[in-house]
Amino acid sequence: MRSLTLIKMSFSSIASNKLRTFLTMLGIIIGISSVITLVALGEGTKKQVQEQIESLGTNLITVNITSRRTAGLSDEDIELIKTKPGIKNVAPLLNQSGIIVKNGSKTYTTSIEASTPEYFGIRKLEVENGRILDNSDIEGRGNVAIIGQDIVKELYSLQNPIGQKVTIQGVDFTIIGVLKSQGSSVGGSGDDRIIIPISTAKRLFKTDEVRSIYIEGSSKDDTQLARGYLELYFNRRFKGDTSQYRVFDQTSLLETATKTTESMTLMLMGIAAISLLVGGIGIMNIMLVAVVERTREIGIRKALGAKRKNIMAQFLIESATVSLMGGKLGVAFGYLLANSLKTVLSMSVYISLNVVVFALLFSIFVGVFFGIYPASRASKLNPIDALRYE
Amino acid sequence: MNKVIIMKSVSKVYATGKNTYRALNGVNLEIDTGEFVAIVGPSGAGKSTIMNIIGCLDTLSEGEYYLDGTSIGNMNDNQLADIRNRKIGFIFQNYNLINKLNILENVELPLIYMGVSPKEARERAIEALKKLGLEGHLKHKPTELSGGQMQRVAIARAIVTKPEIILADEPTGALDTKTGEEVLNILKQLNKEGNTIILITHDMNIAKNAKRIVTVRDGEIVSDSKFEKYEEVGVCEA
Repeated sequence: MRSLTLIKMSFSSIASNKLRTFLTMLGIIIGISSVITLVALGEGTKKQVQEQIESLGTNLITVNITSRRTAGLSDEDIELIKTKPGIKNVAPLLNQSGIIVKNGSKTYTTSIEASTPEYFGIRKLEVENGRILDNSDIEGRGNVAIIGQDIVKELYSLQNPIGQKVTIQGVDFTIIGVLKSQGSSVGGSGDDRIIIPISTAKRLFKTDEVRSIYIEGSSKDDTQLARGYLELYFNRRFKGDTSQYRVFDQTSLLETATKTTESMTLMLMGIAAISLLVGGIGIMNIMLVAVVERTREIGIRKALGAKRKNIMAQFLIESATVSLMGGKLGVAFGYLLANSLKTVLSMSVYISLNVVVFALLFSIFVGVFFGIYPASRASKLNPIDALRYE
Repeated sequence: MNKVIIMKSVSKVYATGKNTYRALNGVNLEIDTGEFVAIVGPSGAGKSTIMNIIGCLDTLSEGEYYLDGTSIGNMNDNQLADIRNRKIGFIFQNYNLINKLNILENVELPLIYMGVSPKEARERAIEALKKLGLEGHLKHKPTELSGGQMQRVAIARAIVTKPEIILADEPTGALDTKTGEEVLNILKQLNKEGNTIILITHDMNIAKNAKRIVTVRDGEIVSDSKFEKYEEVGVCEA
């Protein structure tokens, strides 16, 4: 109850010098608001990456042949992989990026993904209009294409393109389907692609080299099992040279992505911590000035019977209150900043309650920590000297 | 009579660099409960040092000092703060009120440091302020009051803890003659009610309001005279 009175007293001295209190809080406000904003951005990115990886398809394993020294995978490889246990579907992928495609005089640069009908199931791709590839397209090396929303926008002015032509490397393809919008992802827009039959692509790009395979496991546990078999298979195929290929599954991809964003968040928090340190020193500076200014008041309080701990508590509560107020304003400002980044720059942000609570507790800590020295100076003043101070 | 203050050969030595300065030199003083004592002397005579020691604001270099039977010789900061809080009520020349607190909060302050509950502190502070006719100013800030009113607030703050002694250091120094007389009358009234009052002043006209005058010069007590009634001062050097 005595501490309540002390808190009330510290409020009155904070209120008596509003501008200075605000300037003192500014360091903390900037520090805390940058912590809130940066963590919100980091968490937002992490969540977005996780969602995207999950949207790539569950139970997904990808194999990439990373070495240019070896030839790509053959049809036999694909057939052999299909026989491994735990595997539901396999789709080879031939990927060509930076390909110029045309509709009459309009041109656009996009990437071509050439695969089989299974690819759509594995990657969870659906068409909005028309149909996906079927086996007859593969067997007949059909000149058919399924295009993404970006192509519709750029080449067909948002008109229905089904049945129209798209020219790829001088060859006309009939558009048989339009993909549902995927939104943008880590690797760029999911709508910026054209899917054609793999057999057609091998002839078009004069290559036989399949360097990526998408594999879907039968279940979550089977995916791990299948991954094991795949590692074994490729290990044998490349004679133990593991640098020539990479096998990814979704879990490990998630882990990598999470680690990356977490280290980014940590780095950003480090920067924010430095600004909090500067804010704390600002508080200490002002509290030292306040102790000198209020020497006489301290003397009066001591003459009336205030013990060292009373004076100490008064100044600590004051600096903690200033710092906490700065923390609260910083949280509010950081919240606004993060949300405006979200709306103006369409960045993904996520503010968790934990971060807010941590920021507020930390601002109290900063206030107490940097208040200790000034408070202890105040508490050690000699009452006679303090009373005589003008 | 209960002796509230006993000083036995009290000395205070200040060391400034290589030089030492004896502010008090073997002072012997006893004050009974209920007395009204004025300590007079020119500036630099040692009045302030005596006041600081009596008021437990300062420690002594040599000798013994008992306040209400307790030796104040080797007390630490916190013990001294406790003694000041419980046993001494200070009245200063320049009032020494805290300007950003209102009158009521100023008077409550010593009670809060004593650990009295906020409710009781409020009641006792209002009672003390009423006694000094300030019940109409409870929420005012000290700067909104006249000098005489401020000094009455300071007196209320001094008596609110019901201390053993009231220590008034030049309480009329900043006031005009008329207001100063009012303050002295309040002190006399408090003395009649049984309070022990020690008045420190350089002004003999002020000192003669007391029933006993102790004159200090060069760190020593040079005279000590008691009177039966107020204002019967006869021969006294100023």
